[in-house]
Amino acid sequence: MPSDIKGWDRNRMAARAAQELEDGMYVNLGIGIPTLVANYVGDKDITLQSENGMLGMGPFPFEGDEDPDLINAGKQTITELKRTAYFDSAMSFGMIRGGKIAAAILGAMEVSETGDLANWMIPGKLVKGMGGAMDLVAGVQKVVVVMDHQNKAGESKLLKACTLPLTGKAVVNRIITNLGVLDVVDGGLRIVECADGVTEQEIRDATEATIVA
Amino acid sequence: MKKVYGSAAEALDGLLFDGMLIAAGGFGLCGIPELLIAAIRDAGTKDLTVASNNAGVDDFGLGVLLQTRQVKKMMSSYVGENKEFMRQYLGGELELEFNPQGTLAERMRAGGSGIPGFYTKTGVGTQIAEGKEVKVFDGEEYILERGIFADLSIVKAWKADETGNLVFRKTARNFNPPAAMCGKTCVVEVEEIVPTGSLDPDHIHLPGVYVHRLIQGEHEKRIEQRTVRTREDA
Repeated sequence: MPSDIKGWDRNRMAARAAQELEDGMYVNLGIGIPTLVANYVGDKDITLQSENGMLGMGPFPFEGDEDPDLINAGKQTITELKRTAYFDSAMSFGMIRGGKIAAAILGAMEVSETGDLANWMIPGKLVKGMGGAMDLVAGVQKVVVVMDHQNKAGESKLLKACTLPLTGKAVVNRIITNLGVLDVVDGGLRIVECADGVTEQEIRDATEATIVA
Repeated sequence: MKKVYGSAAEALDGLLFDGMLIAAGGFGLCGIPELLIAAIRDAGTKDLTVASNNAGVDDFGLGVLLQTRQVKKMMSSYVGENKEFMRQYLGGELELEFNPQGTLAERMRAGGSGIPGFYTKTGVGTQIAEGKEVKVFDGEEYILERGIFADLSIVKAWKADETGNLVFRKTARNFNPPAAMCGKTCVVEVEEIVPTGSLDPDHIHLPGVYVHRLIQGEHEKRIEQRTVRTREDA
């Protein structure tokens, strides 16, 4: 049962993901745990992209300062910074597709051992759309997935092959879960780091995907 | 040629017909052409195909054209905020063509730039690639996506001069420039029309060559998700 396993909570996962970011990077953060990553960048000079047309995304506004013309890709009111630049959606995805954005940190439902990512639809359930996820994973230099290692039923979300419709094929570089950090390498996934109190064997036991040494 | 019209209905006069393809600007409820959408509702034009990143909410934005069943098909990347949309879609009354967001923007930009198709890595190996030509460039697979050539563009900008030069504001720019580019005719609503010569030519976001008709009006500019921090958090 996942509840029996030690490891990282949401904030620790976000803090670990923040370590992936280097000074000077332009980065796109997905919704959910990835949004929390912004709280842990520390002194690093990181510029956040919002794919609806903004570089230099600031925090939520103070009450009363909300501007309907200033939202993020999750449609939440936000603020601008001194460095902020605005542009249209075609240019926004031009910089994504063109590899100008250093990294995307996003959530996932499934990741395969070859780096396939599924995070946009469950057949038979309500389909809302992929938004910008397919463009992001196809275009940015590095794709980091942050997600729980197992689903609510205790099954591995790191699979030999994804069962859900794909968002991208062979696009994921690194996976950060509550149990640790794994890289997508030739032949499968390689354990890079174990979360606090978690052993390599526990990660292997909780993973369906092939683990290579 | 005079581009400024007195109302949204006047600006759309003679441009609407059943079964037409309309490209609409906006992201969520931000920067949407709300006055032109209301005028299309009042005109009752039917069987519309609408290329727009989102479909509004039930009672605002493109959602109002869904309520009146004027839309036959949506070309969008995300439609999660609209219950009526889902009801019609699941009931088979509404067609939906999902486009990755960047692909949708580029399809509009391409169409408006005279480019009928382009190759992109986005969606390779996914459902989106089904039925599309795959071509290998330098060892990597790309899929062919088509430019969008719309019958009409409906767009919201912040300011315009009388020749149709446009300035947008903050993230309300979003899909508006590419949507404006890809229509045979482009109708724009703005918050303020200023005298020609009062906008700095170096600060025009979209030149008036793309703009055929223009109206000024009051905008509700509804906020979809109001998120704030308290002063104590700072």
